Amino acid sequence: MTLMSYLLYLAALVGLAWLLAVWMARVYGGALPSALLRAEAALLRLSGAVPARGMAWGAYALAVLAFNATCFVVLYLLLRAQGALPLNPDAIGGLAPDLAFNTAVSFVTNTNWQAYSGEAQLSYLSQMAGLTVQNFVSAGTGMAVAVAVIRGFVAARGTTLGNFWVDLTRSVLWILLPLSVVLALFLAWQGVPQTLQGAVVATGVEGQEQVIARGPAAAQIAIKQLGTNGGGFFGVNSAHPYENPTIASNMAQSLSILLIPVAFCFLFGRMAGDRRQGWAILAAMAVMFVAGLAVVHVCEVAGNPALGAGANMEGKEQRFGAMLSALWAASTTAASNGSVNAMHDSFMPLSGFVMLVFMQIGEVIFGGVGAGLYGMLLYVALAVFLAGLMVGRTPEYLGRKIEGREVTLAVLAFLSMPLGILVGGAVAATVPQALAAVQEPGPHGMSEILYAYASATGNNGSAFGGYGAALPWHTTALGIIMLLGRYAIIIPMLAIAGSMIRKPQAPVTSGTFPTHGPLFVTLLVLTVVILGALTFFPVLALGPVAEETARLAGQSF
Amino acid sequence: MSKHDRPADMSGLYPAAVRQSIAKLDPRILWRNPVMFVTAVVAGMTTVLGLRDLLAGMPGAGTSLHIAAWLWLCVLFANFAEALAEGRGKARADTLRATKSETRVRVLGAADDDPATGSETLSTALRTGQFVHVAAGENIPADGEAVRGVASVNESAITGESAPVIREAGGDRSSVTGGTTVVSDWLVIRVTAEPGKSFLDRMIALVEGAERQKTPNEIALNILLVGLTLIFLLVVVTLPAFASYAGTTIPVIVLGALFVTLIPTTIGGLLSAIGIAGMDRLVKANVIAKSGRAVEAAGDVDTLLLDKTGTITFGNRMADALIPAPGVDSHRLAEAAALASLADETPEGKSIVDKAREVLGGVPAMPPRAEAVAFTAQTRLSGLNLADGRSFRKGAADAVIRLTGKIPPQALAREVDAIARSGGTPLLVADGTDILGAVHLKDIVKPGVRERFAELRAMGIRTVMITGDNPLTAAAIAAEAGVDDFLAEATPEMKLDLIRREQAGGRLVAMCGDGSNDAPALAQADVGVAMNAGTPAAKEAANLIDLDSDPTKLIEVVLVGKQLLISRGALTTFSIANDVAKYFAILPAIFVAAYPGLGALNIMGLASPTSAILSAVVFNALILVALVPLALRGVAYRPASAAALLRRNLLVYGLGGLIMPFVGIKAIDAALVALNLA
Repeated sequence: MTLMSYLLYLAALVGLAWLLAVWMARVYGGALPSALLRAEAALLRLSGAVPARGMAWGAYALAVLAFNATCFVVLYLLLRAQGALPLNPDAIGGLAPDLAFNTAVSFVTNTNWQAYSGEAQLSYLSQMAGLTVQNFVSAGTGMAVAVAVIRGFVAARGTTLGNFWVDLTRSVLWILLPLSVVLALFLAWQGVPQTLQGAVVATGVEGQEQVIARGPAAAQIAIKQLGTNGGGFFGVNSAHPYENPTIASNMAQSLSILLIPVAFCFLFGRMAGDRRQGWAILAAMAVMFVAGLAVVHVCEVAGNPALGAGANMEGKEQRFGAMLSALWAASTTAASNGSVNAMHDSFMPLSGFVMLVFMQIGEVIFGGVGAGLYGMLLYVALAVFLAGLMVGRTPEYLGRKIEGREVTLAVLAFLSMPLGILVGGAVAATVPQALAAVQEPGPHGMSEILYAYASATGNNGSAFGGYGAALPWHTTALGIIMLLGRYAIIIPMLAIAGSMIRKPQAPVTSGTFPTHGPLFVTLLVLTVVILGALTFFPVLALGPVAEETARLAGQSF
Repeated sequence: MSKHDRPADMSGLYPAAVRQSIAKLDPRILWRNPVMFVTAVVAGMTTVLGLRDLLAGMPGAGTSLHIAAWLWLCVLFANFAEALAEGRGKARADTLRATKSETRVRVLGAADDDPATGSETLSTALRTGQFVHVAAGENIPADGEAVRGVASVNESAITGESAPVIREAGGDRSSVTGGTTVVSDWLVIRVTAEPGKSFLDRMIALVEGAERQKTPNEIALNILLVGLTLIFLLVVVTLPAFASYAGTTIPVIVLGALFVTLIPTTIGGLLSAIGIAGMDRLVKANVIAKSGRAVEAAGDVDTLLLDKTGTITFGNRMADALIPAPGVDSHRLAEAAALASLADETPEGKSIVDKAREVLGGVPAMPPRAEAVAFTAQTRLSGLNLADGRSFRKGAADAVIRLTGKIPPQALAREVDAIARSGGTPLLVADGTDILGAVHLKDIVKPGVRERFAELRAMGIRTVMITGDNPLTAAAIAAEAGVDDFLAEATPEMKLDLIRREQAGGRLVAMCGDGSNDAPALAQADVGVAMNAGTPAAKEAANLIDLDSDPTKLIEVVLVGKQLLISRGALTTFSIANDVAKYFAILPAIFVAAYPGLGALNIMGLASPTSAILSAVVFNALILVALVPLALRGVAYRPASAAALLRRNLLVYGLGGLIMPFVGIKAIDAALVALNLA
């Protein structure tokens, strides 16, 4: 029964993503109905972009940075000044500088790390014009970059990767927006509020007066899931009954977390003109996802005997139970989404281990929209380079050689993960101002630290709730690390794409290193595990692994 | 191929290699190999800390120094591998250097001056453009081009081939190499290389590895290894912070040991040895690579352009069948064909006699007082007139018809047509005025080439046959040899076009050539192999030179290139897969004090934290030296498709690399405990 539900979920996911990829291929290829093309052209003219002009990787990266920098400045000012701006029925004041910095970075980098509580600290204007807008464009940025990177690997020899403004516009207008409208309507039907009126004051059955926060939630939640943003309208995110009222809304949101990342695998295969290439990447991701999900499921359903028989229900909504919480937890950490429907801090140690690994390897198991695919292509490049020599040719992927320049860039991109997680985490584990955030002592506290810094580096956004990430030290440090985790990968990946597209494509022969099929999938999984996960094995040993072995010995933290 | 197996006396190389591995500890040299440099730094640091503890009388100093010793050994083993690889080249360079000697030579004012008028000078003083007269028994003092005379030259000093070769002015055999000896006659040579820049000098530098530059793939791999080292540096330097949070401290020496076992020392230590050994394998095959890049490119080749003559066929047409006319006994035809060819010394004639011998079981001896009739362009016939008046002739069909005045029977005429259509050459045999039958002369494809091409196809390499034959003949031979494509009536321009076309499709092309007119194509090809006997222009344009002047060598070069790349990839994969076991050895050892539960990670059941750390370090050093022979010899390589190669190598070096260290570390741990060393 449980297995059937999971299989049904995966089948629905793959089916929908496959269909979506067909549409996405048309969107990015410009094969749209002429009415849409005219609308798009009008909008681009308005913004002053020259859509016909292709961009070399440097220009593309500059456009990404310029656009995101502008977004950051606007959002930062908005958050600081929200108290004086309209659409603020609950009269909420502006955010402190460090929190505004953290929040602005968080939403611009598609992380949606929430050091604030939405309903208490943000006005409707900040939520709608600030965060929801960023939910769209930060997701659109990731998708545009992914499409540019794909072109670098698969398109005919040339110099340009496409036009950022066109790719961004198309991602938002023709993919994110329509999907969000459908999902938002569905969620509103299931009971998620979408209103501009302020909080409701009601007297409950216990006779106490309570303030029930509400607002324009459905729209933001739809895009928070589809765009792997994860920043909820309410502080407790999708565990809140207004964000996620029913089993149906829960399933729809679980699906939409992974929908676009999975579709990107298919899109890759389509654009490469060899769908097996997309399937291979998807298979590698799926193998790791299912393995992780299985661990989380078993841990959560079995529960902690020290606390009595039954599943581990601490920090979980009774409505969803262990299984739906496990599925959500695995999906949200795999996909760099970061929304939660249960409190990850309360999960079993090995579940925490899985979630940490999913984030530490760089959010490449499906990953963020677009970001997951270009992150995985980084591992593909490394896997091909390491093992490709074993067929007696210098390594090549999709006919293009991987040489010194690409390896240098890949190593640079790869370094951002240990830099953010290990260096950031090490400082957080020693500096007293940072240590104050730890709620539990011992290995679980270590997991909390690691989780926060892995989440920021991987642009995930979820957290172990016990960790006091609102301290000025962390809002600043995590903000910087979110920037590192986003742009220290985007820029080298675009550079790799720019270098690849200049190379001739060797035709496929029986001497070509096969990059599809079970053998390559195994190789790719092993590369991710050995290069990605092993880097963090020592710290994992001190966190969740130590916690688990202690738990087995009857000790708890 | 016995001349290729110069059994270099390996045993003599070891003492020199051991001395070299210590000399290579010089930081200025070590710096060129970042992974090993880092290992040496850690080893030095561990030594200093160990000595400090020893002097302070602290416990554990012995273990520290023990670890330090194995870290130093790891560096020395890597140096040893490189020194051994270089040593083999050096041995060969020394024999080459022996042929370089200062002699007195006769310089002429102009090419056609009388040798007697020449002035004597030292061979080392020769300059480009001077003319030198070299007589029989004298050494050729410098690289040059024969401008006058014909001589047989012994080139064994360079090629190892003891049979002398002909060098003559003009044509494609005019190039001479300094250090070779004129055996008979004399030559006037125009010097083409300055002293110190001759072919011999270049060869010495190459085999010695003095001019060795890292190849593109080697550089890229080095960058990755440095990157991995940097990542593990981050892992190790941040670990004390996490450990202190957990309430434990990790000794610096243990951190150093963890660091060295995690960084890719195995491949880092063997990388340059693999490269040098790969070049050495080429040298053993008597091919000189002008750059390492060409060897790497050889592994990537997609299309091989092969000359028909000498590579695919024996180069001469040979009798393939004797076809009697209707009513003629096959023995009678064979006898007549043999008699008509007895006096014919050409390979074709000999092959007809051989074919007749197959039919008859023996051939008639040359009859007494028989008169040979030689082939002329007018008659286009050759044969024998016997003393008894009988005459035997063989020749082109129309010539024999004119001679006999008879038209061959219809069945025979059909056979003759069929032979011509199949790309062969039909000859008719006549006894007096009787046409007895036909001889089918054809290009004979060398045995084994068909299988060789099938292997190449499995490896994804396309073969294209280049021939001056007409398309009909070319197609027939191409089909028989199993090449993928052919270029008939080929001119140098057509070759160049073909290469450009292949390259435009993203393919890498290899070819070999010897004539001056091959130079543009050799330069255009990604891998160009020039025959040593070829012209200086061809040798200049190519990036590989085959000293044996054997066109089939091209295939060997491709295989050497592939083997080099596979060896590199296999050891890289092995090295990185090793890390898993090392984590399981060291992590429980360093954390078990803080969290006793983490002892569960000690899945190998190592005796104690100290023995676990020491075992990992010892394994790390021993695996490096254990793999030296593999690095020098190259990974076993059988031609197969990429998928099959990947499956096999991933299983052996990937899975093997995962499992083996678990076994090895456990065994070392047991040994250390048994020896009471930990």
